[in-house]
Amino acid sequence: MTHLVSIENVDMRYGGASGTLAVADLTFKVDKGEFAAVVGPSGCGKSTLMRLVTGLHIPQAGNVIVAGQHVTEPVSIVGMAFQNPSMLPWRTTLDNILLPLEIVEKHRKRLRAHKAEYVEKAEHLLEVVGLKGFGSKYPWQLSGGMQQRANLCRALIHEPQLLMLDEPFGALDAFTREELWCVIRDLHAEQDVTIILVTHDLREAVFLADKILVMSARPGRVLREHRVPFARPRDLEITYDKAFNDVVHELHGEIANARRAA
Amino acid sequence: MSAVVEDIQKPERTKPLVARIDWVRASPWLYTIALFAIWEAAVRVFDLPYTILPAPSRIFAAFYQYWSPLWKNSLQTLYTTTLGFLMAVVGGLALGLFIGWSKVIYAGLYPLMIGFNAVPKVAVVPILVIWFGIGAVPAMLTAFLISFFPIVVNVATGLATIEPETEDVLRALGAKKLDIMLKVGIPRSMPYFFGSLKVAITLAFVGSVVSETVASNYGLGNLMSSAQSQFNVPLVFAGLLALAVEGIVMYSIMAWVEKRMTGWAHRSSMSH
Repeated sequence: MTHLVSIENVDMRYGGASGTLAVADLTFKVDKGEFAAVVGPSGCGKSTLMRLVTGLHIPQAGNVIVAGQHVTEPVSIVGMAFQNPSMLPWRTTLDNILLPLEIVEKHRKRLRAHKAEYVEKAEHLLEVVGLKGFGSKYPWQLSGGMQQRANLCRALIHEPQLLMLDEPFGALDAFTREELWCVIRDLHAEQDVTIILVTHDLREAVFLADKILVMSARPGRVLREHRVPFARPRDLEITYDKAFNDVVHELHGEIANARRAA
Repeated sequence: MSAVVEDIQKPERTKPLVARIDWVRASPWLYTIALFAIWEAAVRVFDLPYTILPAPSRIFAAFYQYWSPLWKNSLQTLYTTTLGFLMAVVGGLALGLFIGWSKVIYAGLYPLMIGFNAVPKVAVVPILVIWFGIGAVPAMLTAFLISFFPIVVNVATGLATIEPETEDVLRALGAKKLDIMLKVGIPRSMPYFFGSLKVAITLAFVGSVVSETVASNYGLGNLMSSAQSQFNVPLVFAGLLALAVEGIVMYSIMAWVEKRMTGWAHRSSMSH
């Protein structure tokens, strides 16, 4: 299997030579089509990891290789979704979802001529996440959970090979969150996309991921890699199994240790 | 069915007059009338001479008497103010976009702007007169100078406060600075821009009238200063009233434009 993302001995320091070291000797790999989750104590450099993989930051030391290429500038094969849905309020939901197509080099030239085709694709994505018929609504007419669903559509519209999720469900209530777990699970099964999920929610990580990376306190590095043994497709019911909760418990212990070590 | 309809309508019709008036809509008129009524009463009760404070009735009489010069000079002031204001809109928008473009430009030009804004514009008028002679040009330029600052600051602020997440999402897709400005920055700063127009238009009146008072043969400023030198106090007040009316009209136009252009900003802030 080929690695889509490969991070080797990466150091990233903010604010010049005397600045804070956010991550040190960070090393991990994510295979193509894999679902990886990153957990760790707060301030462990999870967001830095996101920005390194997407090419928003270039590290001072080490290699970041995405899709076989050294990352030296933002890579346009990724889609990103943050906790804050950051929909543009002057655009309808549909137009918000189409926004990446106006940016990505490959699509922006043919967007005008093939508008109908792209709109159809956006409508399909809306249907997949359970927002059928909401495309003409403005973001502020949608609830928080619905905005986050639309946000996922926007992250996926340009068919990225890699989807980066930074605590996308952190601000949602428990029921909506579980609903969206299932949406993500189904998207991953259907779309052949590699996903890296940064989260504080250990149950979320265990339910969704194939592989969980536990990070240390600042400066962040990967302490341990867990394989999640549960077969796919997973049902929400497994979150109540003993085996599931044992994994969650173990992760919890490791992160508590990492916090103490800091 | 019809019986039900009648039941609902009946109390509506029998409501007393007081309940049928939309007090919110009526109150601006009522308060204005009340102000003039109290003013009139106070002048009469205290028997103030019209050279100190003329009663509204006296001012309206002056309005009637000097209708022609008032009308001509009002148009002149409106003309210089609007031109100066339009220059401020174009210049302010351009400079605001320029300043908001990068942090370096923002940091470099901001203190200069503050210093420039702190200079009293009445002190600048003599310089403008030296350069352009007396008349409409200095008035226009003073209106421009005084009103473009709020526009610049608001546009630059709108650009400088783009959410970092939005910027990250777009930059990760390979967006250039220009893309981010066109897709996010400029639409986002529009509510700030249109909001600033309301402030700017009233300031523009201040600028043009100050300049007309000091250095012009036309306009309401000039009319008032010559009326004052003849102790024609009711005419001075009539000029002030004309200015107030022009200010309100222009302000409401700007408020209407703001609402038309950036309705989403009002609705989105209301729903949160």
